[in-house]
Amino acid sequence: MPSATLLGQSIVSGLLAGGLYALLALGLSLSWGLLRLVNLTHFALALLGAYLTYQLGHVLHLSPWVAAAAIVPAFFLLGVALHAVFAYFRVAEFASLLVTFGLAVILESLIQWFWTADYRRYETAYATMSIRVGPLFIPTLEMLACLTAVVLAFATWAWLRFTYVGKALRASAEDPVMAAAFGVNHRRQAFLLSGVSAAYAGIAGVYIALMATLAPSQIWTWLGVVFAVVIIGGLANPIGALFAGFLIGVSESVTMAVVTPAWAPLVSFSVLILLLILRPSRV
Amino acid sequence: MTVRTFGHRSVVSLVVVFSLATTVWAAPSGQPIRIGGTLALTGALAPTALLHKIAGELYVEELNKGNGLLGRPVEWVLLDDQSKPDLTRSLYEKLITVDKVDLIIGPYATSGILAAMGVAQRYNKVYVHHSFGMPHLAKYEMHFPTASFGPEPQKSIPTTVFDALAATSKPPKSVAIVTSKFPSAQYQSSGAKEIAEKRGLKVALYLEYEFGTRDWGSLAARVKDANADLLWVGALGLDGNQLLEAMKKLDYTPPRHFHLFPAPGPLAVAPDGKNALSVTVFEEHPPFTNNPGAAKMIPLFRERATKANVPYPHVETQVAGSWAAWQVLEAAVTATKSLDDKAMAQWLRKNRVETIIGKLRFDGPNNYGDDLFKVKQVQDGRWVVVWPREFAAPGAKLSPP
Repeated sequence: MPSATLLGQSIVSGLLAGGLYALLALGLSLSWGLLRLVNLTHFALALLGAYLTYQLGHVLHLSPWVAAAAIVPAFFLLGVALHAVFAYFRVAEFASLLVTFGLAVILESLIQWFWTADYRRYETAYATMSIRVGPLFIPTLEMLACLTAVVLAFATWAWLRFTYVGKALRASAEDPVMAAAFGVNHRRQAFLLSGVSAAYAGIAGVYIALMATLAPSQIWTWLGVVFAVVIIGGLANPIGALFAGFLIGVSESVTMAVVTPAWAPLVSFSVLILLLILRPSRV
Repeated sequence: MTVRTFGHRSVVSLVVVFSLATTVWAAPSGQPIRIGGTLALTGALAPTALLHKIAGELYVEELNKGNGLLGRPVEWVLLDDQSKPDLTRSLYEKLITVDKVDLIIGPYATSGILAAMGVAQRYNKVYVHHSFGMPHLAKYEMHFPTASFGPEPQKSIPTTVFDALAATSKPPKSVAIVTSKFPSAQYQSSGAKEIAEKRGLKVALYLEYEFGTRDWGSLAARVKDANADLLWVGALGLDGNQLLEAMKKLDYTPPRHFHLFPAPGPLAVAPDGKNALSVTVFEEHPPFTNNPGAAKMIPLFRERATKANVPYPHVETQVAGSWAAWQVLEAAVTATKSLDDKAMAQWLRKNRVETIIGKLRFDGPNNYGDDLFKVKQVQDGRWVVVWPREFAAPGAKLSPP
């Protein structure tokens, strides 16, 4: 039997890992749920954000928070530009999977061309800082990423629920013809949402740069688990994505602590399959 | 008369010397000899494969600056296997049947090497490779490894490591083993568990994790909980760095930590990598650098690796193993004066080949020869050999915990 400290520490680790999953899942969930675009480029954008943070910090010695201030608006514009391409070619839901996969591969190649395939590590003084709570340690950066995910999830939920743009976006996703009859300009709002999704990828990228060692192939590292989070959380449901992230993170982490690390991926996908069996209307 | 005789002889000597010189030093000419191979230029293994790419490119360039192979220029037909064994297999099939390369050289890492070995066997190609960690699976009689683990690395590597630690003033009494499920890492780490138990060390923890694990926090918590004297990480690439970092966040640093196949650069330069242990066949210090080939190759590699932004642009075990593979291939072609795979294989089985990592032989079980691995440690941001003592860097010894 694992000790109480080990169990507690693994729950903390799981919650924090889940926060990062949720941070990555937010943008994907929005574009899939409200724009009907399964945007795999999202993962490539997150890693591009991470490499840019590394570049700005390691080469130009800019603080990551200054880097974030530059990356987030730039990624918003990039998201808008990407959506212009999708809109021009009228990319449909299933075609988007293929198109965005292609774009992600291109971005991976560009990252590899510029930064090479070798590992890059952005060393910061706070990379290994932790807060001690009794016998447990809470890594500072992971906690910040998790808090960011919580804030963004609730802010996005409020934006979608209480603002005109949010309501219009949800209406367009539900019934585009009826929404248009009520004067909703779906095109303009789609650009906005695409920009927001890409900006979220940029934010996730900043944290990835600070927490992980970078390699171009990492684009695909979170693909499976983040898809599971998006589906379990429900499309275009930011709060759902947040809690699904926590659920997957904790179940993986506790499995690692109690059974064996090799079983962790099995648990997250078992949760997904179970949910799809019990609630097939989820997707 | 004497003068005339002398002059005549001089002219004859000059002609002979000139002919020899043009034979030996002439630029290679004619149809290039095409050597096909793949490397993980993308994917999870890419960071380490990049070192093999640089080594291979340099070797071919040096060959072509000289007389090539058999007086012909050499062309390396290099494809990207994306770190996928299934793709590696198909690409070797393509290299042999479509590109019709004259010779082949192995990819990087055990799974890819094993996948391509079946193809080499089907077409009876000599198959020299540099990073295969499971000798018992290499049944093809024309494969020639330069990863000189010896035939039983699951025994010899842990034995060397535990011997080195036993010789210190504070030998470990317990060990925590965590290993990637990547085949060679898992194989050698499970061997480490057996050897540790046989030597009376308490195995406080044995865990296997998936290749590509994301969450290191829980693993770190388990290692901390086990609190062993030695941490053995069956690591590939960055696994060791990530685990050490995760442990540091839990305010824990293992007294001693060993990493099986780490990406050499990140562990050496990371603050957490201080005193990390690993194994090697070559590092950039005497006695390894006494080899004249090594002395010439080191500055070339450093220059190229620096240009490619490699964070640790030094020749170490990966690069040296790769270089040795090319040396073995060149030696076989030169000695047999042919590209005939069977003749080359026969020659390689009967002869030792002088390489940057030492004299290699291929007459042991499954063509494996001597175990040339030594224990190295990160000291002042550089890898240095610390065991056996006769191979240790000048003034270096295994740092205590």
